[in-house]
Amino acid sequence: MKIHDLTAHEAGDRLRERELSSVELTEESYKRIEAVEGRVEAFITLTKEQAMLQASAFDQAMKRGENLPDLAGIPMALKDNMCTDGILTTCGSRMLGNFVPPYDATVTRMLKESGAVIVGKTNMDEFAMGSSTENSAFKITKNPWDTERVPGGSSGGSAAAVAAGEAFYSLGSDTGGSIRQPAAFTGLVGMKPTYGRVSRYGLVAFASSLDQIGPFGKDVEDCAMVMGAISGHDSKDSTSVNRPAEDFTKGMKDGVKGMRIGIPKEFFGEGISEEVKAMVLEGAKLYESMGAVCEEISLPSAKHALSVYYILATSECSSNLARFDGARFGYRAPNYQGFKDMFIKTRSAGFGEEVKRRIMLGTYSLSSGYYDAYYNKGLKVRTLIKREFEKAFEKYDFILTPTAPSVAFQIGEKSDDPLEMYMSDICTVPVNIAGVPALSIPCGFKDGLPVGMQLIGKFFDEATLLRAAYSFEQASGVHRQRAQLAGGGENEI
Amino acid sequence: MAISVKDVEHVAKLAHLEFEEKEKIGFTEKLGAVIGYIDKLNEVDVEGVEPTNHALEIKNVFREDVSEPSMDRDKILQNAPAKRSGCFEVPRMVD
Repeated sequence: MKIHDLTAHEAGDRLRERELSSVELTEESYKRIEAVEGRVEAFITLTKEQAMLQASAFDQAMKRGENLPDLAGIPMALKDNMCTDGILTTCGSRMLGNFVPPYDATVTRMLKESGAVIVGKTNMDEFAMGSSTENSAFKITKNPWDTERVPGGSSGGSAAAVAAGEAFYSLGSDTGGSIRQPAAFTGLVGMKPTYGRVSRYGLVAFASSLDQIGPFGKDVEDCAMVMGAISGHDSKDSTSVNRPAEDFTKGMKDGVKGMRIGIPKEFFGEGISEEVKAMVLEGAKLYESMGAVCEEISLPSAKHALSVYYILATSECSSNLARFDGARFGYRAPNYQGFKDMFIKTRSAGFGEEVKRRIMLGTYSLSSGYYDAYYNKGLKVRTLIKREFEKAFEKYDFILTPTAPSVAFQIGEKSDDPLEMYMSDICTVPVNIAGVPALSIPCGFKDGLPVGMQLIGKFFDEATLLRAAYSFEQASGVHRQRAQLAGGGENEI
Repeated sequence: MAISVKDVEHVAKLAHLEFEEKEKIGFTEKLGAVIGYIDKLNEVDVEGVEPTNHALEIKNVFREDVSEPSMDRDKILQNAPAKRSGCFEVPRMVD
């Protein structure tokens, strides 16, 4: 087996068994990056100097016989909307093209405290607005399974980096599917935790009532391990929830016997490819064979989730992105007449097309005369969507759906039609609207491209999702397949 | 609902953005299509339904009123496009 094909927990075992040092593991990541990054373009910034220091600090601590956290010494990647003290954080935008944060996001701090080795910051759709990572101001990330195709988005860089073996795990952020959809497109496990589970302090805000940070891993155990390291209350995020720390790997292997699974018919309708439907329903059968009970259910308001999403997310973004005015940080236009013109010129040149489109849509929804028809209406339909999930969870342990309507699409295929691009989030947005946790797990392949299955859970019941996903993964073995990208960093172990 | 160039200009002004004529016309089409889709919400009956601002019902989050050191001024100013005498420098705002 090649080193870069190891999961994070396997790499961690090799470190603890002293078969590998963290310096060797980190060098292996950079060799792999050197070999494939030209084709994948997952990173905006590489942080080799700091990473090698973090790695050798781990190796020295090991030599001293210290008891170290599970993630210590393992190379990982952060999406470029999470602040890193002293390291460029661009959010995929020209607006923040020169922004070097003076502080760490809470997740960055927690990872550093866990001894993580940060190899770089990953590419993303500008301000996390997009479903393909084609909207970055800097580069287009490619899908390691087929470099003619998108890796999904907006956390496409974080997904591609792990799928290509450039990092052992990564963090993304998910506002309407931005972790789960790229996880589906790149054959990874990706989790959006319950809203409030992971601190958003230092995450560049897109839509604050929907945004949540979560992990990408090559298997469920990796995701569970990372969840344990990044979850917890943070007084710097007033929406963070005060709950005791959890070990998400505990109970993960307890099986699904007797679990009740709801299959909502609305997620298998028009617009979802037949192959994807068939594969997810095969997944349901596998669960039944392991002793779970699957039943068809109905979530009738879910079909309105995408409309609600494009009202709430754009409204919140138009408000959040008002801070980019060229006064205190980020880009400032070179020529302007007075302060107001400075705002206008800065914002018009600093933001890309999709970001401006969403600011415009959000400003429209919130503007005088339209507030009740759009924003307030959206909030009310959100109540209906949330209630339907809560009702379903009175009877079912989790809900099973496709993650995305299709496999990864071609680069350029949807970039001219915003509405068609938005449709690729149709199965994932209802989850953010309701605030519940969900994960995507690979469930099969169509023409060599991964297909993802989504498991949606009760508030703060990530543990059940991880347990059910682990059972599926062990029974199907789909997660053991890796994208084939030859060349470099090919050391065997 | 159709979006006119005039609507685009009004919203752009509110958002502190400016566009070329060609872009404005592009916006009328692309925004119009999205708003047409969103208008499907008109079918939903929300009579008597309360709005949900937030998935979790968190209200009035307080902390102890204890002072902590602020971030170093030079660090805060390190990203300023223009600065002078320990302040952010911006164009004159009051005549």
